Amino acid sequence: MSHTETEILTPSTTLAPEKHVLEPERSQLGFMRPDHSRSVIMDWLTTVDHKKIGIMYGAIALFFLLVGGVEALIIRTQLAIPENDLISAQRYNQLFTMHGTTMIFLAIMPLNAAFFNFLVPLQIGARDVAFPRINSFSLWAFVAGAIVINFGWVLQALQVMGLFEASGPTAGMTDLAPAMGWFGYAPLTGTNFTGAGTDFWIMGLQILGIASLSAAMNFVVTIVNMRAPGMKMMRMPVFTWMTLVVSLLIVFAFPAITIALGQLMFDRCFGTNFFVVAGGGQPILWQHLFWIFGHPEVYILVLPAMGIISEILPVFSKKPLFGYSIVVFSGAVIGFLGFAVWSHHMFTTGLGKVATAAFSLLTMAIAVPTGVKIFNWVGTLWGGRVRFSAPMIFSLGFVWMFMMGGFSGIMHSSAPADAQQQDSYFVIAHFHYVAIGGIFLAVVAGIYFWLPKMIGKMWKGNLSTWVAIFSTVGLNVTFFPMHFLGLLGMPRRTHTYLEGFGWETYNLVCTIGAYILAFGIFLLVVDIIRCFRKGEPAGNDPWDARTLEWATSSPPKVYNFAKTPIIPARDALWEDKYGPENRKVTYMDDHGHGIHMPSQSWMPFIAALGFIPVGLGMSLMQAGIPYMGYVAIFGLLVIGFGIALWAIEGPGGYHMHPEADAA
Amino acid sequence: MSATENEEDSHGSLVINNKKLLMWLFLGSDCMFFGTLISTHLIYRKLYPESYDPLLVFDLELTSFSTFILLMSSFLMALAVSAMHKGELKSFRRNTIGVIFFGLIFLACQVYEFAHFTNEGLTLSTNTFGSTFYMMTGTHGVHVAIGVFWLLCLYFYSYSGKMDAHESAVDVEVAGLYWHFVDIVWIIIFTAVYLIEYIPGLH
Repeated sequence: MSHTETEILTPSTTLAPEKHVLEPERSQLGFMRPDHSRSVIMDWLTTVDHKKIGIMYGAIALFFLLVGGVEALIIRTQLAIPENDLISAQRYNQLFTMHGTTMIFLAIMPLNAAFFNFLVPLQIGARDVAFPRINSFSLWAFVAGAIVINFGWVLQALQVMGLFEASGPTAGMTDLAPAMGWFGYAPLTGTNFTGAGTDFWIMGLQILGIASLSAAMNFVVTIVNMRAPGMKMMRMPVFTWMTLVVSLLIVFAFPAITIALGQLMFDRCFGTNFFVVAGGGQPILWQHLFWIFGHPEVYILVLPAMGIISEILPVFSKKPLFGYSIVVFSGAVIGFLGFAVWSHHMFTTGLGKVATAAFSLLTMAIAVPTGVKIFNWVGTLWGGRVRFSAPMIFSLGFVWMFMMGGFSGIMHSSAPADAQQQDSYFVIAHFHYVAIGGIFLAVVAGIYFWLPKMIGKMWKGNLSTWVAIFSTVGLNVTFFPMHFLGLLGMPRRTHTYLEGFGWETYNLVCTIGAYILAFGIFLLVVDIIRCFRKGEPAGNDPWDARTLEWATSSPPKVYNFAKTPIIPARDALWEDKYGPENRKVTYMDDHGHGIHMPSQSWMPFIAALGFIPVGLGMSLMQAGIPYMGYVAIFGLLVIGFGIALWAIEGPGGYHMHPEADAA
Repeated sequence: MSATENEEDSHGSLVINNKKLLMWLFLGSDCMFFGTLISTHLIYRKLYPESYDPLLVFDLELTSFSTFILLMSSFLMALAVSAMHKGELKSFRRNTIGVIFFGLIFLACQVYEFAHFTNEGLTLSTNTFGSTFYMMTGTHGVHVAIGVFWLLCLYFYSYSGKMDAHESAVDVEVAGLYWHFVDIVWIIIFTAVYLIEYIPGLH
């Protein structure tokens, strides 16, 4: 910040141009605002900068990706040979439950959130998101939820060491980490079947839901309201479009799971009868409520991946995206149809012929917009000058692997076929092709594409090729045989299996594949660390890219754009570099007002931390630990206190006057 | 394309205030919350028509009264928003305290209702009717309580001297949106949960 000057903006007046102070300002509470802190930790904990928040989302998500990966490796090792006894059946249940929960809610969703945070304001030419402090709150609430949901492992470890025994409502239950599957079907979640692990899962997911909802609302407002002049909706990069669609999906899909989890919590803690069969509750209700959320969730996971691919393919083909508007429209249609297909997860529950046929048809209909996207990506490549740089390799891998997952998906959409495949390894094969072959490869492509922008350093060497080879080979060796395993009748979620069903070879191959895939991910981590340590300066635009984020410096300055850009066309940077004169990006004159920056704040962090005592208190109360109800109430008070001070302290803010360099 | 045309575009993207748009999104989300709760109630009601007769405990006069009170509070809320737009602090305070008072009356009616129902033997765990009824109306009650607390905060803040039509009208309007929504949800609950039981021969 050596070349910038910072001025204090007092809350009541507009600007005091004679002041050139770098001292923190007092908030309306009389506290010092944590701006310009010299302590690095304090700076990151209180930051409201969407770029720092994005990087933290990414780092935490990569950590949980590795945690979930280790859980998967233990599962695969257990299944390598018949009648293996590496882990107990109960531990196996806990591992597959937490593997699914971790990968979906703690790895992929926050990885997507990392890209949303870092990229969306840059891509639309904004200074930050619409509500920077809510953004900080979303991040820390996500961290609180992650801690709560994983705390069961700590309790489980204590129990194994003999230091803890559950009493109270779940006395005698030995599963203290979640063990009922990532979609928590009733009645298995009842107090007479599962222990405190289920409570950690309920409270953790509830907190993660609050984090997702607040982030999603923030992003809708940002994309609708914070666009730079000229950035019309149909000029926005496809990734930003997909962020908008996904955020709307979160806004309308998460309430269903929030209420379902609330009902389940009431069942377990306060004796209601929502899913308790003895009291007249219907377990099928849980399935409906869960999948009304759960199927949009699938698109919440995959649409950002499609957005990433739609950004990368044009850059490395030196062509605009083929059929931009139809790609955007298809994404929106996928999101919309995503609300109308939840029952295809429940074909075998006996919905009746009409409902089954309707959901079957709607599910098949989703193949149309998805196919449109695939053909548009192929159309983008067609006749382009294709460069096989790292992001491109992973993107091409995505198109192929995602399509394979899509094919088996179409097979499930036919209800009679699905009746055969339900709960078999065929389903596992399907959604891992979509999740790893689709989302994971796209996220890795995104990391290779945007990390130079995020940290300002360029990749060194071509380890990426080996990452691509090992992860793609690994995922195919792991999951392709699972199609056959499923058709041979191996049910999912089996702790072990007997010899003689013809499953032995396939399982061994799957396990070997899992280790190949794990090695590929290990290489990815090595490559990221190398990039951090030894990367050369990246420059603003290392890939000769098309969208606005590459117009900023690498890494972007805290204020993003020194002057607000005026966007004349789609692919703004490309037109600026190579387009006709009337399509160059121009910049608004700020008339010496400078850039208004929001103040940093402790309050979102404090409010979000309150979720930890709430979640742990409610769950540990169920495990029979005394006084935990009071801990939960204390947590609620912390949340209320944090939000109240947050409101009273006011947004604050100061002005910066950068030289017009970054533009 | 000239720069002036582009500047017009930027005005086009700011048609609705950030805070108001955020509240509208929250209300959209909240629709789904209450939609889930109300449909759970109606599904179980249809599934087990004989399990419980709510007319044993329902008191239509009391609930109609509290519904009327809540409706009137919405009217006062609209007056408070309009007063803030004109910068009339006194009128804002008068109307806001009215909304708070009416909200508290509604909550008191609900507390009385819950206590009365519990005495009559309907609890959370009696049957599915108890579970869905208390959770749904309870969630609504929590919404009202949060609204009352929010308006109290605005009321006391109005004495700080920092509130004026320019800065605070949108804050009050957002609180108003929330309050009207909570009111509308109650109208739906009143119809779908209370009134519907009085249709002869429904079950």
